[in-house]
Amino acid sequence: MDILLAIAIMALGAVVLGALLGFASIKFKVEGDPLVEKVEAILPQTQCGQCGFPGCKPYAEAIVNGEEINKCPPGGSEGVQRLADLLGREVKPLDAEEKPKQIAIIDENTCIGCTLCIQSCPVDAIVGAAKQMHTIIAQQCTGCELCLPPCPVECIHMAVIPETIDNWKWKYPVVAMQVVAADKAAAIKEAA
Amino acid sequence: MLMDLFKFKGGVKPPSNKLQSNHLPIAQAPMPSRLVMPLHQSIGGTPRPIVAAGDHVLKGQMIGEADGWISAAVHAPTSGTVVEVAMHVRPHPSGLDSLCVVIEPDGKDEWIARTPIDHNAAAPADVFHHLQQCGIVGLGGAGFPAHGKLTPTKGVPMDELIINGAECEPFITCDDLLMRERADEVVRGIAVFRDLLQPKKVLIGIEDNKPEAIAAMRAAVDALNEPFSVVAVPTLYPAGGAKQLIRVLTGKEVPGSMRSTADMGVQVFNVGTAYSAWRAIAHGEPLISRILTVTGNVHAPRNYEVLIGTPMGELLALAQPHPDTDGILMGGPMMGFLIPNPQVPVVKTTNCLIAHDDRLFPPKAPEMPCIRCGACARACPHELQPFEMYWFSRAKNFGKTQEYNIFDCIECGCCSYVCPSRIPLVQYFRFAKSEIWAREREKNASDQAKARFEFKQLREEREKADKAEKLAKAAAAQAAKKAAEAAAAAAESGADAAVATPAPEMDAKRAAIEAAMARAKAQREAVQPKNTEHLAPDQQKAADEIEARRVAAHLIEDRVSSEEATAAPTAQLDPKS
Repeated sequence: MDILLAIAIMALGAVVLGALLGFASIKFKVEGDPLVEKVEAILPQTQCGQCGFPGCKPYAEAIVNGEEINKCPPGGSEGVQRLADLLGREVKPLDAEEKPKQIAIIDENTCIGCTLCIQSCPVDAIVGAAKQMHTIIAQQCTGCELCLPPCPVECIHMAVIPETIDNWKWKYPVVAMQVVAADKAAAIKEAA
Repeated sequence: MLMDLFKFKGGVKPPSNKLQSNHLPIAQAPMPSRLVMPLHQSIGGTPRPIVAAGDHVLKGQMIGEADGWISAAVHAPTSGTVVEVAMHVRPHPSGLDSLCVVIEPDGKDEWIARTPIDHNAAAPADVFHHLQQCGIVGLGGAGFPAHGKLTPTKGVPMDELIINGAECEPFITCDDLLMRERADEVVRGIAVFRDLLQPKKVLIGIEDNKPEAIAAMRAAVDALNEPFSVVAVPTLYPAGGAKQLIRVLTGKEVPGSMRSTADMGVQVFNVGTAYSAWRAIAHGEPLISRILTVTGNVHAPRNYEVLIGTPMGELLALAQPHPDTDGILMGGPMMGFLIPNPQVPVVKTTNCLIAHDDRLFPPKAPEMPCIRCGACARACPHELQPFEMYWFSRAKNFGKTQEYNIFDCIECGCCSYVCPSRIPLVQYFRFAKSEIWAREREKNASDQAKARFEFKQLREEREKADKAEKLAKAAAAQAAKKAAEAAAAAAESGADAAVATPAPEMDAKRAAIEAAMARAKAQREAVQPKNTEHLAPDQQKAADEIEARRVAAHLIEDRVSSEEATAAPTAQLDPKS
């Protein structure tokens, strides 16, 4: 009799917990892959396609599905490091040369107003209209270089963002190396 | 007057070194050879230049207009000619250039018309505007525009107005001398702040190593019959930090996350700010000069009243620096920094210049590993744990430094001062803070880029969908029309009179188009070249000859057809077509 009661209790417990788990899996269902979002948050959102994917989100999805993490030049080696930390993968050297942050600049005297760059800009950072001069909104430009190839008169060039007082950063404190005379160094070594 | 004082944790007592410069009265510095006025001299928006090279300016004439509410105007410190508006080095640890107005004095020192304001009669908004137009900013060091601090937070009663005369940093004596010599005007300035803020009480905190200043201020307060209390606070660096002084005088602890102390019903102003605010209100004088200490490795350290924009090198020469001077430190030895070259101008927040040499500031012995003694944590006036923040800053683990409240750090330098391993802790904290700010900026930029990219994609999708819908609609309409025509044709077999109606309509249309074309042609022909009237007979003859040749060569017809040819490719270039 006891054993039947025990089985009944266990069975009841299993049913209750199962129902609970089933309910929770419907109620707290996570839409999309949260890991993709985390990876995407690390990517610099230049939408430049230099990784071979049409935008940062597709690359984030590819990374989660096993793609290499060193294909994003704008993210730099620091971006690779952060991705490696997040995903527990090995840090690899960047698959391209690292460049300082740049923005595109239109030579407004040469621009013929063809609107091709406007169509290619992934973040709508170029203003202008057909047969009107175009210009780049510097604050919105991500430096993706996608506007360079379509320009028929090659009036767009990339410029490194100069250091100003507003974006200047304190440098990492560097300990100055000091030359120590040989006999002194020997004495220190002996003492140690 | 006796009152209970509170204490803040930590703090250090470095040698004060104030006696060298505080025994002589304030001297007027001579007119410098040229004045360089950086436009950005306060926290907030950079003023826009309103003068150009070659303009003649008068003393006190505005040269940079405030940009936004948190911003203050800058003025010409003397009369003269604007040489250029260009990039020059301004006193900043980066040593980078910023926009400056360079003025060559004409020696006349001619004032512009000054307009005082009666702050009791005027509306507070007008007084704020006046202070902003006069460029009054906090002279204690941060340079926050004074008018921005004169509005109490809504719903929080203003309990205490604190006037900061502590001047806790070694070597600096400019506030000390200001209070000794011009206490009357300082107190009048405090009264203006009191009238605007309506606090319950006014406390003037002065470190007890300045007995003359305390006595002078007490005498001035009594003479003006104001209910202000002048409080001697114990000498302990950094008692002059706003949050430390609030703590000492009121016992209130300001949380690090609080943006403005006004949210706690306390507001702090420097004595120098009160003085210059009074000059602006009672005399209409904008902030174009200040008192500053020149000391350190010099023969004659003393305080000078200096025009803003004076090159620091010229000023230091007045105090006759010793030959082994190898640099100029702006600010005190705890928080100041070496300026990149002697041409750097004095700005509104420059309170002290110290001639630097190895005797006064011996080079630091090399940094040693942290031995975890905790001396920095005991010295920190903000009760932070500098050693923890140091490790994480060093390892560039910035998230962790924020968990240890790195942004509460006021960079006072107490931790570096007491560190037995001589670790430049503050440098690590500054590095970490600026990295965190840079990342914040990058994060914002990438968030914006992402939003704009997604919107562009959405827009393109929508345009495609709209186009498809339009096409579908047009196709449907076409089909309906065809069906209707077919139906009409079927019906027509019975009634052939109906077929005649569309034809005249078409004819009318065609006729209208032809008429319009004819009109356009007539107009084209009616246009005459503009310079063909009143020609001399020989000119007319030459023109006729050329015309005849051109007609003979069919050039005129050619020109018309080439115009048509050029019009076509441009139309093709337009991608919309």
